[in-house]
Amino acid sequence: MKKFLMICLVALVAVSAFAGGSKEQAAAEGEFAKIKIGFIFLHDPASSTYDNNFYQAALQTQKALGLSDSQVIFKWNVEEGAPCYETACDMADAGCNIVFADSFGHETYMIQAAREYPNVQFCHATGTKSRTEGVPNFHNAFASIYEGRFLAGIAAGMKINEMIAAGKFTADKAKIGYIGAYPYAEVISGFTSFFLGARYVCPTATMEVTYTNSWFDIAKEKTGAETLINDGCIFISQHADSEGAPKACEEKGVPNVAYNVSTINLGPNTALISSKINWAPYYEMIIKAVAKGETFATDWCGTVDTGSVELTELNEKIAAKGTKEALQQAMADLKSGKLHVFDTKAFTVGGKHLTEYLADVIDKGDFQPETNVIVNGVFIESGEQFRSAPYFDMLIDGVKKYE
Amino acid sequence: MIYISRRTDAPLKKAVAIKAFAILLSLVVCALVLFVMTRLNPLDIYIAMFKGSLSTQRKFWALLQNTAILLCISLAVTPAFKMKFWNLGAEGQVLIGALVSATFMFYIQDSWPSWLLILVMLVASVAAGLIWAGIPGYFKARFGTNETLFTLMMNYVAIQLVKFCIAVWVPNGSSVMGVLNRQTQCGWIPSLFGQKYLINILIVALLTVLMYIYLKYSKQGYEISVVGESEKTARYIGINVKKVILRTACISGAIGGLAGFLLCAGTGHTVSATLAGGNGFTAVLVSWLAKFNPFGMILTSLLIVFLQKGSGEIAQAFRLSDNISDVTTGIILFFIIGSEFFINYKIHLRRK
Repeated sequence: MKKFLMICLVALVAVSAFAGGSKEQAAAEGEFAKIKIGFIFLHDPASSTYDNNFYQAALQTQKALGLSDSQVIFKWNVEEGAPCYETACDMADAGCNIVFADSFGHETYMIQAAREYPNVQFCHATGTKSRTEGVPNFHNAFASIYEGRFLAGIAAGMKINEMIAAGKFTADKAKIGYIGAYPYAEVISGFTSFFLGARYVCPTATMEVTYTNSWFDIAKEKTGAETLINDGCIFISQHADSEGAPKACEEKGVPNVAYNVSTINLGPNTALISSKINWAPYYEMIIKAVAKGETFATDWCGTVDTGSVELTELNEKIAAKGTKEALQQAMADLKSGKLHVFDTKAFTVGGKHLTEYLADVIDKGDFQPETNVIVNGVFIESGEQFRSAPYFDMLIDGVKKYE
Repeated sequence: MIYISRRTDAPLKKAVAIKAFAILLSLVVCALVLFVMTRLNPLDIYIAMFKGSLSTQRKFWALLQNTAILLCISLAVTPAFKMKFWNLGAEGQVLIGALVSATFMFYIQDSWPSWLLILVMLVASVAAGLIWAGIPGYFKARFGTNETLFTLMMNYVAIQLVKFCIAVWVPNGSSVMGVLNRQTQCGWIPSLFGQKYLINILIVALLTVLMYIYLKYSKQGYEISVVGESEKTARYIGINVKKVILRTACISGAIGGLAGFLLCAGTGHTVSATLAGGNGFTAVLVSWLAKFNPFGMILTSLLIVFLQKGSGEIAQAFRLSDNISDVTTGIILFFIIGSEFFINYKIHLRRK
């Protein structure tokens, strides 16, 4: 017995010695030497494209600013509950001057931690409460992803036009299918802008939407896509985080647009393009501000201009001719203000053009709409003016729910 | 060559030695596995593991708090398991307790004084947990239904109820409740000596002592062990088996409801479908490893929470996936459970 114990101990020591001392990372020098930023993720980036998008941007920012591994720490699979609060506080204890959380449900826990650590900046993606909560070191951030979806919609519309011209179906059969996660503003705003983009180039397009009631469910997203295809949809897009829908489309040979990641490797013959939010500009902005000791926006909204809203690589093999040029033109028009995604002339709700719409922009927790967000004939979706998180939640004419 | 015989008389010293040896061995195996898979120095990994729960005061308190919650749920399942009533519904009993607490916080907000709200939440949560386990308990006592499936199914009912309530309360469809009463802190268990989890910990500590006394010295505790050993014997000596089953199931559920109350009022101040986080099942392991001894359960629950926290820290410190730390936790538990075999059985080598 004792002999065996000795052998085990020796083995343990030997392995430790063999593995060598830990590699000390040289601390970054210069302006960012004092920065330490902690990232809280809802899921594991290996399985969730949503979290992976934040993670990749963090790695990119770390590289761009020359931060060491010990200056950028990650915590994965942090639940939207007390564990989020504990993790945020732990990160502040560990010397982080910025803590960032990526999921909507983390918000109130980040606020709770922000109250306790007034000298640490707590930043939260997709949230709605920074303007009303009165906690100066708590920040919200999002991006005008509706612009990206609109552009992806244009690529989709052009592909549909090409298919009509090729005689695959008639113009009145141009029905798009959309797999959404939950029936709330972020998703509704997303598919509406995508649809408006498609209709911008293909006026006869209609759309059918189905919800999976989950952010990540490979099987449901796959069957959702199949159901819509069987129901006559000739193009598919999605706002959910798995590869279920693109895979189903590749099997059925139906062109599609995805979100957050390029899916060309999954569907070389059907994946057209994806829109995505690039979080790196935001990360850089907050790190630079904190390094200089400056304050930064309580509620920040990235745009095409800031580089926060992007399109992934266009699949030239299947894209309609001239797509690239059309996207460049539309992007320039969006930047210059010549083109507005939610121009009230471009859509109707219940047969009428909107002149006024009250949205629940000020999040007092009452879910009561109070702010008119239509200014000069344009529905002002997420931005610095009202709020970064989306609030367009109407079903416009031409879109219907799949029953 | 080899034959195995059962023994029941392993002296405590020997049992402890076997356990300690098993833990040491598991660490060696973990070290090898980690080294092969990640090329990191195992010693660094073990240091990180300790840092996970001991490097700051906050982490230490979080360790105690999580241990207290796991211990509370383990105390909940213990009387039922001792009676061989397989209560796999602790998850649901905890959830329903938390849901009831959250319901009060959501509707009352700050219109009652905080102490009154806390008291009402406590009573209501305990009652809810009691009912949740009492239903399968009644069916078992009255009709002899299978409590394993029944309690398990009750979990799903509780989960769906929580989801339903959140969907009604949070109409934006995000299905996340968020912190309740975060400005007024009404209905939050207050801090004691500046430690917000101290009251939770003290309640569970008191409960541990009470459970030990109840199981070991009370008449009801005795009835539980007799019914657990043999229902026929129990009936023969005049124990009302049905009553004992129902009563014990209710006690089990009530403590589960209390854990739910502690999670809602004393920890996260919210409710979600994943609030219990699998602790309802881990508790079975905790209880069994300690052979249903409440004081032993302090150690086993502490060990499991320590491993969980350490694993999380390892993943964070070395930018590994959480999965690798699940592997190490699995290896360590495997060895600890495996060591039971060597305590309960003796291996003889027959020499020629």
